Amino acid sequence: MIRSIFAPLMVLLIAIGVHGLVGRYDDGYWINQLTIIGIAIILAVSLNIVNGFTGQFSIGHAGFLSLGGYLAGSLLYYGSVMFFQTRPEPGFFSFTQPFDRMDPTIVWWGIGDLFFLCVCLSAGLFAAVAGLIVGLPSLRLRGDYLAIVTVGFGEIVRILIESSQRQVPLSRLNRADGWDLVTGWGSAMGFNYIPKFGSLFWVYLFVGITILTAIRLKYSTHGRAYLSIREDEIAAEAMGVRSTRYKIQAFVISAFFAGIAGALTASSQGTINATELAFMKSLEIVVIVVLGGMGSVSGAVLAAVVLTYLPELLQAETFARYRLILYALVLIFVMILRPRGLMGTREVWDVFRRRRGVQG
Amino acid sequence: MSELLLQLQDLHVHYGVIHALQGINMNIERGTIVTLIGGNGAGKSTTLRAVSGLLRPTHGSILFEGQPIHQLAAHRIVRRGIAHAPEGRGIFPNLSVEENLMLGAYARNDREGIRSDRTKSLALFPRLAERLRQRAGTLSGGEQQMLAIARALMARPRLLLLDEPSLGLAPQIVQVIFRIIRQINAEGVTILLVEQNAHMALSIADQAYVIQTGKVIKHGPARELLTDKDIQKAYLGG
Ligand SMILES: Nc1ncnc2c1ncn2[C@@H]1O[C@H](COP(=O)(O)OP(=O)(O)O)[C@@H](O)[C@H]1O
Ligand SMILES: [Mg+2]
Repeated sequence: MIRSIFAPLMVLLIAIGVHGLVGRYDDGYWINQLTIIGIAIILAVSLNIVNGFTGQFSIGHAGFLSLGGYLAGSLLYYGSVMFFQTRPEPGFFSFTQPFDRMDPTIVWWGIGDLFFLCVCLSAGLFAAVAGLIVGLPSLRLRGDYLAIVTVGFGEIVRILIESSQRQVPLSRLNRADGWDLVTGWGSAMGFNYIPKFGSLFWVYLFVGITILTAIRLKYSTHGRAYLSIREDEIAAEAMGVRSTRYKIQAFVISAFFAGIAGALTASSQGTINATELAFMKSLEIVVIVVLGGMGSVSGAVLAAVVLTYLPELLQAETFARYRLILYALVLIFVMILRPRGLMGTREVWDVFRRRRGVQG
Repeated sequence: MSELLLQLQDLHVHYGVIHALQGINMNIERGTIVTLIGGNGAGKSTTLRAVSGLLRPTHGSILFEGQPIHQLAAHRIVRRGIAHAPEGRGIFPNLSVEENLMLGAYARNDREGIRSDRTKSLALFPRLAERLRQRAGTLSGGEQQMLAIARALMARPRLLLLDEPSLGLAPQIVQVIFRIIRQINAEGVTILLVEQNAHMALSIADQAYVIQTGKVIKHGPARELLTDKDIQKAYLGG
């Protein structure tokens, strides 16, 4: 009982700590960097549940990211005006800038924060439902169908959003009918002016929840079932593991967190653009998972931090030009030198434990 | 009087257009060892896969303890008490021996029972007990086969399906495996043993079925088949 409450409590405290400390001492640079890194961690760890744990190959994670981001964007942009007549002010926990820019009358916790939490969960659920629809037909089959279907899915989402209508300006919102709002996702211009709630607190709260979920899954009976599917699906079924059901379950959980990452992206940057979340973005997440180790939660976290922050260190613009080549090289070298990724299925703590075991 | 544990009635299985089983009939009595022998591609593995629910028969029925099971999914059949140690062993190479064993008990919830079956299985295969934390893929061929059988036993089956347990193993190891199969049977587990090593199989089985291109061509007490002229010529090398 104590154990089951302890971990979520730690997550909450860490999220508050990161938000409080960085917001207090930073001038904006680290808030931005840590937000991007945090979102990359959510994406990598959640994709790892499918690609690492169950051994399926999904390369459409950006599609779920887009769906969650655009749903959150519309709810925050149109919804806040419709539900609250105005944009609800973010409270302390949803404040996305350095604290010295904070209005001293800010509330600790307001209705806006609750609204944002609901928006995040809706984005997650929306992506999860999409995951169910994509996963049901493709995961009933064994083999690589999922890879093909998810590539298609990601592209379909992108093209649908790009061909949507322009955003309805808030000044004309009263005249717009409901259907306009549903289709007014900003076309290829992207969805802009999204109210900002995506603070470090929310990002690291969901980073923690994603990691916790992944670890709990891995070390539960479910986790063993997942790994057995990855190893040998037919043998797993002979053990009584319902492989189709578990694959779909993993896929839906994974999509859920990608949707949340979308909501966080949209409301931390204030904008989201499906064109930037195309196949390349999905590939980027796959590269992180492969590098970190298929099935290693801590490996995915490490790789997400390194591969997100490295380009920043190496001057983003030069890097952007050679990104594709670099990813390909990373993949090739990992495949040759460590085909199971840097960590394999092991976790950072397993490595130390094994060392000790050998000595003792 | 002994009772029938498993009955296959006019069983047909297709792989797409390939008609792999063409009307198999078998009766297996509780507490016996029954062997299914036949050449490569005869349909032995297919028969086992149909029984354990990995394949759905296109025609015919399978009765286990009098109940039809051929419509059930694999996970339900495991719960009914049938465990399958598949061809090529089907162990999980990157999981530890311990994890493999625990997956064998996947369909069960009784912790106490699982623990006692784990102790029993490890007593049967002491070599596995010494290697619980080792990656299953690093075991020798014989040890992997032992693991496959031990893992199947973790489901506490009443019927154990063994698909070519002697395949690719050194003669001494085969002796050990067959001795353990007898031991498992002596504890009350009914065994359906698929073998190409017909001599060994016939010498430990009570009943035998000979299968060729998807049909049973001969069956009877194993002892009789062992001395049968045709069988000797076709499967016993002379
Ligand atoms: N997965 C499969 N797809 C298509 N045909 C198969 C498959 N498995 C087996 N077969 C065919 O079914 C027949 C019986 O195979 P199998 O039961 O494996 O034979 P055995 O175990 O007796 O060697 C063979 O002709 C084989 O080619
Ligand atoms: Mg076979």
